[in-house]
Amino acid sequence: MNDLREFFDFAYIAEILPDLLEGLVVTAQASLAGFGVALILGLLFALARRSENGWLSQPVGALVEFVRSTPLLVQLFFFFYVLPRYGIRLPAFIIGMFALGLHYGTYTSEVYRAGIDAVERGQWEAAKALNFSPMDVWVRIILPQSIPPMFPALGNYMVAMFKESAQLFAITVPELMSTAQNIGARNFAYLEPFTLAGALYFLISYPSSLLVQRLEARYAR
Amino acid sequence: MQDKAMENKNAQEPIVRFEKVTKAFGELVVLRELDFELGPSEKVTVIGPSGSGKTTILRVLMTLEKPNAGVIWVDGEPLWHKEVNGKLVEADEKHLRKVRGNIGMVFQHFNLFPHMTALRNVYEAPVHVRGVPKEQAIARAQGLLEKVGLADKQDQYPAQLSGGQKQRVAIARALAMQPKVMLFDEVTSALDPELVGEVLGVIRELALEGEMALLLVTHEMGFAREISDRVIFFDNGNIVEQGPPKTIFDDPENPRTKQFLGATLRH
Repeated sequence: MNDLREFFDFAYIAEILPDLLEGLVVTAQASLAGFGVALILGLLFALARRSENGWLSQPVGALVEFVRSTPLLVQLFFFFYVLPRYGIRLPAFIIGMFALGLHYGTYTSEVYRAGIDAVERGQWEAAKALNFSPMDVWVRIILPQSIPPMFPALGNYMVAMFKESAQLFAITVPELMSTAQNIGARNFAYLEPFTLAGALYFLISYPSSLLVQRLEARYAR
Repeated sequence: MQDKAMENKNAQEPIVRFEKVTKAFGELVVLRELDFELGPSEKVTVIGPSGSGKTTILRVLMTLEKPNAGVIWVDGEPLWHKEVNGKLVEADEKHLRKVRGNIGMVFQHFNLFPHMTALRNVYEAPVHVRGVPKEQAIARAQGLLEKVGLADKQDQYPAQLSGGQKQRVAIARALAMQPKVMLFDEVTSALDPELVGEVLGVIRELALEGEMALLLVTHEMGFAREISDRVIFFDNGNIVEQGPPKTIFDDPENPRTKQFLGATLRH
């Protein structure tokens, strides 16, 4: 017990925990907001790529492939340093949320695509035979039956994104990772803040993964 | 053409008219300059070998497939075309929706919406397509489910229903839109034999009511004979022979019809 106390300063931990929890709140906010953006952008990407209009589907397809094939960190830096040069000044949190949403939107768009493709042709035909408007076909017939089976895949991306939100550290968002870094630098003691940060990430991600597994069991086709 | 129009004015204007309708999938021609008419409350059955294109007649009429050539008229309006300055030009979605509203279809594989109860499957389109007030649409949907013998299943989802029950819900769903023409595309082919009767029973009742025009593609020869005003033997993209069921089944003229019926009835 003594050894451990020497190794791990519990008083220090108690002192830094409130700051780290504040960082965790920012991480959670950025993840949830970013994932909201990813869900919306992903659907728009998927619908645009399905469009019969090549002027829409081709450029969107190229954008999706480009974003998916470049690192999130590069995208974060790009938006953070380049946008202000064109007079677009946004808080780091907003840039982080949007970049996460864009990056993960390219992944969720694939989930939507696969889910929409899995709807039988007969559903489209029945919807047409009943004379639903094209909008109603999507909103009332196709999406309501294709989205629930997507929950597990979307959930996995949400957990992955929660962990990757640590990269927002690079653009000065005061989330969990950068909080840990700042505490360490201030006190010249990195072991405790980073260990604690890791534990906090784990405490959220692991139960979330278990939840996703339960969704998988429930929505398995 | 002129004479025909005059004649139809005096008699009964057909609800559906095909004029030299051609449909090909790549090299394969499934409808070959087909001319065909359906009277306003006529019951017509199309029989013929598999792959002869008979289902395609229904599918071009339901606008699920677009013909390569020819004109289809529904209740006096061109289906796939619009009349602009006396000329027929390709129809837009708005026009298609307007004319399509006259037609209903029941599919081989039911195609019920799996995320809706039986009742909602029936009232969803009347509410959102026709703008019927919801309570009224629900009441009507309940009436239709009762008519097809499924009043007690209204809150079940399609996955909880048997094939025969699903198909009866699908019929109620199509009826809810009050089409002038109802298409039945091999509606008993996907059913277990013991469930065929309950579905045919519902269609028989519709045929007896008499108002709606029915166009059926089926392999149920006995049923075709019983309910049809006219039977069409279809093969190789066109009508080979047609007439009252008695004539077609008992005394066919064309050797291909004889051969087909001989082969079918022996089974």
